[in-house]
Amino acid sequence: MEWGGVTAYLVSLVIMASIYGVFCLGLNIQWGYTGLFNIGIAGFFCVGAYTSAMITRPMPSGILANYVHQLFGLNMPFVFGLLGAAVVCGVVAFIIGIPTLRLDEDYLAIATLGIAETFRLIFNNERWLANGPQGLMGLPQPLSSWVSGRQYDYVYLVIVLIVMVLVYLLIEKGIRSPWGRVLRAIREDEISASASGKDVFRFKMQSLVFGSMVMGIGGALYAHYTKAISPDVFTPLYGTFIIWVMLMAGGSGNNKGALLGAYVIWGIWIGSDFMMDMLPDVIRDKGPYLRFLLVGILLEIILIYRPQGILGEEKKVSIMAD
Amino acid sequence: MAELIVYGIVLGSIIALGAIGITLVYGIVRMANFAHGEFMTWAAYLALFIVTVVLPWLGVPDSTFGPLSFGWRMLIAFPVTMVAVAFIAIFFDRLLYKKLRFKKSSAVILAMSSLGVSFILRMIILIVWGADYRFFRPGVMRPALELPLGIKIRPDQIFILTVALVLVVLLYLFLQKTKMGKAMRATADNTELALISGIDTEGIVMWTWGIGGGLAAAAGILYGIDVQIHPGMGWNFVIPLFAAAILGGIGNMYGAFVGGLVIGVAEQVSTAFLLPTYKLAVAFMIMILILFIRPQGIFGGSEK
Amino acid sequence: MTILKAENITAGYTELDILQDVHLKVEPNQIVSIIGPNGAGKSTLLKSIFGILKPREGHIFLKSEEITGLKPNKVARKGISYVPQVSNVFPSLTIQENMEMGAFIRTDDFSKRIDEVYDLFPTLREKRRQKAGQLSGGQRQMVAMGRALMLDPLLLLLDEPSAGLAPLLVSTIFEKIVEINQTGVAMAIVEQNAKEALKMADYGYVLAMGRNVLDDTGEALLDNEEVGRLYLGG
Repeated sequence: MEWGGVTAYLVSLVIMASIYGVFCLGLNIQWGYTGLFNIGIAGFFCVGAYTSAMITRPMPSGILANYVHQLFGLNMPFVFGLLGAAVVCGVVAFIIGIPTLRLDEDYLAIATLGIAETFRLIFNNERWLANGPQGLMGLPQPLSSWVSGRQYDYVYLVIVLIVMVLVYLLIEKGIRSPWGRVLRAIREDEISASASGKDVFRFKMQSLVFGSMVMGIGGALYAHYTKAISPDVFTPLYGTFIIWVMLMAGGSGNNKGALLGAYVIWGIWIGSDFMMDMLPDVIRDKGPYLRFLLVGILLEIILIYRPQGILGEEKKVSIMAD
Repeated sequence: MAELIVYGIVLGSIIALGAIGITLVYGIVRMANFAHGEFMTWAAYLALFIVTVVLPWLGVPDSTFGPLSFGWRMLIAFPVTMVAVAFIAIFFDRLLYKKLRFKKSSAVILAMSSLGVSFILRMIILIVWGADYRFFRPGVMRPALELPLGIKIRPDQIFILTVALVLVVLLYLFLQKTKMGKAMRATADNTELALISGIDTEGIVMWTWGIGGGLAAAAGILYGIDVQIHPGMGWNFVIPLFAAAILGGIGNMYGAFVGGLVIGVAEQVSTAFLLPTYKLAVAFMIMILILFIRPQGIFGGSEK
Repeated sequence: MTILKAENITAGYTELDILQDVHLKVEPNQIVSIIGPNGAGKSTLLKSIFGILKPREGHIFLKSEEITGLKPNKVARKGISYVPQVSNVFPSLTIQENMEMGAFIRTDDFSKRIDEVYDLFPTLREKRRQKAGQLSGGQRQMVAMGRALMLDPLLLLLDEPSAGLAPLLVSTIFEKIVEINQTGVAMAIVEQNAKEALKMADYGYVLAMGRNVLDDTGEALLDNEEVGRLYLGG
């Protein structure tokens, strides 16, 4: 394999891992710091990706309008796509949070699952929204006019890394603030947190909304990388489960762990693809299933033998310091 | 509309069998079992395997009972599969959940683990069987019976209703009249006190998984008889199952049965206005509504 | 021989120990009352004896057998029954079923025993098909005690049996406790209502801050001025 090919492959690897890293950071706010069990990540993934897609694409015109249907098309630059995705996801999270955040953690989980599935159904069946099962294609890529072809990925890599680092720094700042301490207090012991006068619901809502906004950004990054999205991308497997495994593997309650988990698990995911190539055809056909089986088993092993993940939680800031 | 309601009851009784298992596990083991749907899937495929591979190999002849779409093979495969899936449920508890319980893992970790189990189970089916849809008896014309009031119902569906009813009655008798059944209810009521009274709560847990798994297996096979068998069938039931259990009052077995029927009817009736694929969303909306209006469910359940 | 002997018990729920070097003794047929201020560790002591909590240090003997750290279902089999302060019935089960659950580990025919328990609590016999959760506080306490008695225990541990009950019911419950004791069951009772608890006690222990403060016969403690001032509310 030529050297260029190898680096190109590595670049795409790191881009995907970093995008998933952003998702893990978002989930970490919700689960790692606040203890919210959100298994509807795929829903925010989906909404973020589609929002950014429709903000950055024009409305289809001419003959195309017969084949492609969109709710809106604003033809705005990439940055607005990112921001729009974040805002819309935040609003969606807020609306979802109102009925569900007062519930027991298990109920929240089922509710988030149901919402994600409902979104996928709507996007898949309502053609007027975003072209139904065919999805949207030809999504614009930022700065693609400067660099084209195979070199473009390097540019996108830099963009993704910048976004990832910015999100990381923002979250780190937030977590070390008094706000962050309250979140952790809630995760530890909701009853005593509320007894000490904190409006638990408000903090949970903020955590849900911010985490979802981050996930929306992740969705947007994904959409503009792959340039085409459709509802079957945002499945519970690729859009929710794998992110959970990443966060649990890296260390929930630890932003560095969130990123580490994304890279490690994505590396294992891609690596297992290579291993499949070496196996006989019969097994190779079942490749994706075997690899997901591996990921599932990995999660169980982590939960039993090392639930704190590789890095474990960051050292807690004393609640008394508040 | 009458037809939709009738079929809704058929679908609802399948959901009910699964929901009872969910609510039993939640009340006694105190965890939300996201892998419950996969027990249904596994049962359908296991029964398929027995009916199409094992029994022919053993020389059991193919047959059908009158207007039903199945015969002796299914009658043998049904209970065998229920027992097998019961053991599979117990197996995963021993392998995973028990360890997590002893580590005093939180309910969320247990639920997360069951989510992992659901993916593991589904991947195994996909690996062994692939993604195609299958039938117990492909290509068969199964004419509907005409009943009074112009209701059409297939003989298979009458069988489904009968089986569901029989199983629920058996469960009721078990829970009300047997020592083990009462101990299960006691453990669901107050686990600490059960321990204090000397009840072997881990044994109760095993029975719970066994019964829950067995009922889910029945639900899966019945669905396979009525509709089809495919790898995602169980996962598609997870939300309706939980919706039914919550509607009836989580932890309340009889509530789960009623909840299942309600969800089934609601889903079917919704197809008069919405696309059939939205049935899941309908179940979900009902669940959210109940959680908003009356979170303890129609009949009230056990407290956590 | 002494029914129960607990010595040098140090125990707690977390790293902080609630009990420090506590001792307790119950002789056959005795009613032993354990009194003291809130947070003294009285309930913790009962839980340590019954195995809900494993003592960090110390030993517990039932007659001559050591039972330190045994799990509750094993302790129940040895002859100790425990009635927790709250959540002490199976609410969705009938009174009769509650009794049956109390007798769960018995392998013999216990219908005679149920009769005996109903003789002690005739109201329960009347209402035996009612769900325990629908009963009044006093009746529920009786169910709780009845359930514990189904195993014919040598020793009955009661955690604040009069808690939350109206004054009239409190004396009923205490009467019942004496009645039960007269059938030959030794009892160790933790009580907030110290005066009544000492009145019916053969022997009493005063616990404060997780330690033994004083122990003597029930009468002597009642006459003790300091005990009266500090713990009996004057």
